Amino acid sequence: MLYDLGLRIAFAYEPPVRLSRHLLRVFPRDIPGVQRAIATDLAIDPLPEERSVFTDAFGNRTQDVFLRNEHARLDIRLTSRVERHAPPAPPAAGPLMEELPAALEATHALDGESPHHFIGPSQLIRPSPEAAAFARGVVHPGAPCADAVRALGQALHAAMTFDPGATEVDTPYEEAFARRRGVCQDFTHIMIACLRGVGVPAAYVSGFIRTIPPPGQERLAGADAMHAWVRAWCGPNLGWIEYDPTNAVDVAEQHVVVAYGRDYFDVAPTKGVLRTAGAHEASLAVDLTEAVAR
Amino acid sequence: MQPAPLTSLQAPAGYAPVAGAPDELLDESGNVRPVWRAFLDHFSALSPDDIASRFALGDQYLADSGVYFRHADGAVSRERSWPLSHVPVLIAEEEWTAIVAGLSHRADLLEALMRDVYGENALVAEGALPAQLLARNPEWVRPMLGVAPRSGSYLHFVSFELGRSPSGQWWVLNDRTQAPSGAGFALENRGATSRIFADFFPRANVRRLAGFFRSFRAHLDDLRSDGSAPPAILTPGPHADTYFEHAFTARYLGLLLVEGEDLVVEQGRPMVRTISGLKPIDVLWRRIDASFADPLELNEHSRIGTPGLIGALRQQGVTMINAVGSGVLETRALMAFLPRISERLTGEPLRLPNIATWWCGQEAERAHVRANIAAMTVSPAMSTRLSFDPDDMAALAGAMRTDAHTTIEDMLAAEGEALVGQEAVTLSTSPAYIDGALAPRPMTLRVFLARGRDGWFALPGGYARIGRSMDVTALGMHAGGSCTDVWVVADSAQPPDTMIQTSGRVVASDPSADLPSRAADNLFWLGRYVERAEYLARLKRAYDIRRAETIDSPLIDYLAGYLRFLGVEIADMPSSIVEAVRAAGLCAARLRDRLSPDGLVAITRIERFIDAEAAALPLAARMGELLRRMVGFSGLVHENMYRSLAWRFLSIGRALERAMTTASLVASLTHPDAPAGALEAALDCLDSRLVHQQKYGFSISPETVKALLCLDGANPRALMHQLSELKEHIAVLPGAIADTMSPTLKAVMQLHTRLAVQAPEELDAGGLLALRAELSALSDALAAAYLS
Repeated sequence: MLYDLGLRIAFAYEPPVRLSRHLLRVFPRDIPGVQRAIATDLAIDPLPEERSVFTDAFGNRTQDVFLRNEHARLDIRLTSRVERHAPPAPPAAGPLMEELPAALEATHALDGESPHHFIGPSQLIRPSPEAAAFARGVVHPGAPCADAVRALGQALHAAMTFDPGATEVDTPYEEAFARRRGVCQDFTHIMIACLRGVGVPAAYVSGFIRTIPPPGQERLAGADAMHAWVRAWCGPNLGWIEYDPTNAVDVAEQHVVVAYGRDYFDVAPTKGVLRTAGAHEASLAVDLTEAVAR
Repeated sequence: MQPAPLTSLQAPAGYAPVAGAPDELLDESGNVRPVWRAFLDHFSALSPDDIASRFALGDQYLADSGVYFRHADGAVSRERSWPLSHVPVLIAEEEWTAIVAGLSHRADLLEALMRDVYGENALVAEGALPAQLLARNPEWVRPMLGVAPRSGSYLHFVSFELGRSPSGQWWVLNDRTQAPSGAGFALENRGATSRIFADFFPRANVRRLAGFFRSFRAHLDDLRSDGSAPPAILTPGPHADTYFEHAFTARYLGLLLVEGEDLVVEQGRPMVRTISGLKPIDVLWRRIDASFADPLELNEHSRIGTPGLIGALRQQGVTMINAVGSGVLETRALMAFLPRISERLTGEPLRLPNIATWWCGQEAERAHVRANIAAMTVSPAMSTRLSFDPDDMAALAGAMRTDAHTTIEDMLAAEGEALVGQEAVTLSTSPAYIDGALAPRPMTLRVFLARGRDGWFALPGGYARIGRSMDVTALGMHAGGSCTDVWVVADSAQPPDTMIQTSGRVVASDPSADLPSRAADNLFWLGRYVERAEYLARLKRAYDIRRAETIDSPLIDYLAGYLRFLGVEIADMPSSIVEAVRAAGLCAARLRDRLSPDGLVAITRIERFIDAEAAALPLAARMGELLRRMVGFSGLVHENMYRSLAWRFLSIGRALERAMTTASLVASLTHPDAPAGALEAALDCLDSRLVHQQKYGFSISPETVKALLCLDGANPRALMHQLSELKEHIAVLPGAIADTMSPTLKAVMQLHTRLAVQAPEELDAGGLLALRAELSALSDALAAAYLS
């Protein structure tokens, strides 16, 4: 499937700010055989005095932006044409849950894809006994890993209510879990905490899903903003599989991956430091539509 | 009868080392070790009174230098005086040389390990290092992965904590690679012991310390490119527990002292904000922990970091000493793997062993710890604290020290990966002077290594920690432990040495050409606050004297009203004076690297008076004594301080505040509504009564007072005099006279000229207050141009 992606993030500052520096993680990733950004353009207004791109520890292309002079607003517009296929179906359900710790220990690697990054506590996901208990109630040690991941995602989807009014971007996931309400970020954080609680390395994926569903299908939640889902490690042969707990679906053709991280902290689309005593407002709009042949 | 002199082969009376632990002073047979004999001869000949007065001399030296460290006591962090144990530890040069050789090898090993864990991670791939130890380690800083250091080296300045094992061999207890502290304190330890033993030290063949710092300073200059600001110490600020050392070291080595907010990253380079604009700086000696260094890529809550600093490292725009991320080498669990890693990375075993360590994340190791628990300490695997920290110990010798688990078995089973077992070591003892006699106390040695043109070199001595009791958990300073000098004793005489070189190329430079804006800001406000406190104290004194003479009068009411208008309540020690002094103290604390120790002591004396000593004086005498102490500070500044730009900002602050307060005072006390006696009060406040009498005899009028207090340039208290000073200082600030005059210079010239052509009778209250408002605007303009 070929998509045209549009993302616009706008900030307004009162009073105006200067010397602001931002990291943007908004570029679609290149994933061999699955996803390819054919052409991408990032326009920033006002024009930054400096911009550079680097690849972070998890392989995300990150844009570094510096604005020296005073500015009262900042507009970031990403347009990208992305080719996306569903990931190939896993050959098997992977090792049993009880076999996973040994498989992890036998993994001697620390590259960005290494599961070791994604099993311990992270910035926004401290271990939670409640999440671990929920996970243990759904999956048992004899289950194949990939089945367990899917079962857990489905159980969470059933237990949780999608409610954009229930949480803010900085609401701790424990709170969303206690209320059983939240948005894709909360669903994703909770599922990661559950998986890590039963020994499955789990990562946060930020991305987009298609705005207008294919004919005859329902529109998925999360299409009007950046979306998030889960990546779980199922042993060295199966590797990483992705699941979208907000919609209770396997990640497929309708998802476009932007960044991988341990939690939202690692992949936030914008992160900025500015000198100001004032407030700022932010807005974000997304459009992911099937490219029309022209 | 004279007591028989002690012979140096005999132990001092009552000195009894514990069985099983070696002693630095005595060998196994109880004889004094050769390296100590001359010292002990000297010490034994001193009377108790002599010892007391010598120790007092050392303490006085430390007090005069203002040596302190910060210690958090519950929620309150306070300054503590430096806890010196006055008896040094003596080590023979031959033994020292072996230690340094072992540690140089270890420093090379740590450099290679650093290269691997931030590079290709071959050790993890080969199974020589468990991936979890990095992946779950908060000091393994992911943004630094793959970032090569600009200088080619990750580590430039490291230290090691050493203990002596029962067999007599030294072993490494801790590696300090993040931001090692103590080398500056070592210099102060030496300053103290060389005074305590002033008649013995020069002939004791003790290796000198200055050469180490000179070589390291040369190394820092080697790393610096042309046209950049001098190398800087990057400090977390005055709230850090070792801020004294940051400021002291900066002053001693001629480095800038900068905080994160002094820097801005542009074009991939950190730039320091100075009074002449942004200047690139390319060597930063980091004393701030990694996670706080950059709020953009690391801890986003850090308010002491510099956004973009990691980006600058990525673009190789700055050399960081040591590399961000080097704290990972301090991880306790790494000790378990270093013996094997040493073989792998350097092709040879550790030359000095480290304390035996087992990481409990592995089954066999966990079983070993369980089986030998009586001889183990169990503590957090990822901890980077010094050994024996009582807050950091989960179990000691088989006894639980935490209540998170009921048994050690449970704890090891549940959290094995997060724990290490370490052999419970006994340390050697060294003499401390306690209750009038030498007594053995546990000791650890701190050795500093720096990188130079020819590899690692060591600070020869200077720093050891001495326990308060025989309990090793009482070794830390926060637990009542103390610190002492280490004398490395050579076979031959050692020439005195200082940082000052007597030969070589000499380049003169203005010591404040690169004055950071923050330092200038603190100098400016120090000048203003001291002057403000002084002015308020003068006014309060004038009030107190009149109040003591009469109960009520229109003048007393009028003065009280004016004081209230200024926010000064009628109290024994008005809070506005206290606040001004406190604010001055805060500015001075951030100028430790630029003010002389005497200047700092003068400020401390003012604060101490306000805090405690004032209460002991009769009310009428308090303001007088306060003023004398303030004059003590002003005198030092204006008699002794080099006429640099730093001095000018201090002087601008003082002149500006004085001009503003004088305008206000004269406007109020020469007002037509002011009661009888107000004119004399104005003269008293500004110390001008006598000169008024000399000039005008016994006649007094608002005009004579205005002439003397406002227009007479020869009166150092007069408004005109302040404006002349301001004009002179502002004219030489950077950029004052370029193609055009700077706005600040223009403003002060206009004020000066306007006042110069005034006659006393034209100068009414309205005009004075308008002038005051313009001075206030000048202050803002100076701040915008130079201080932010």
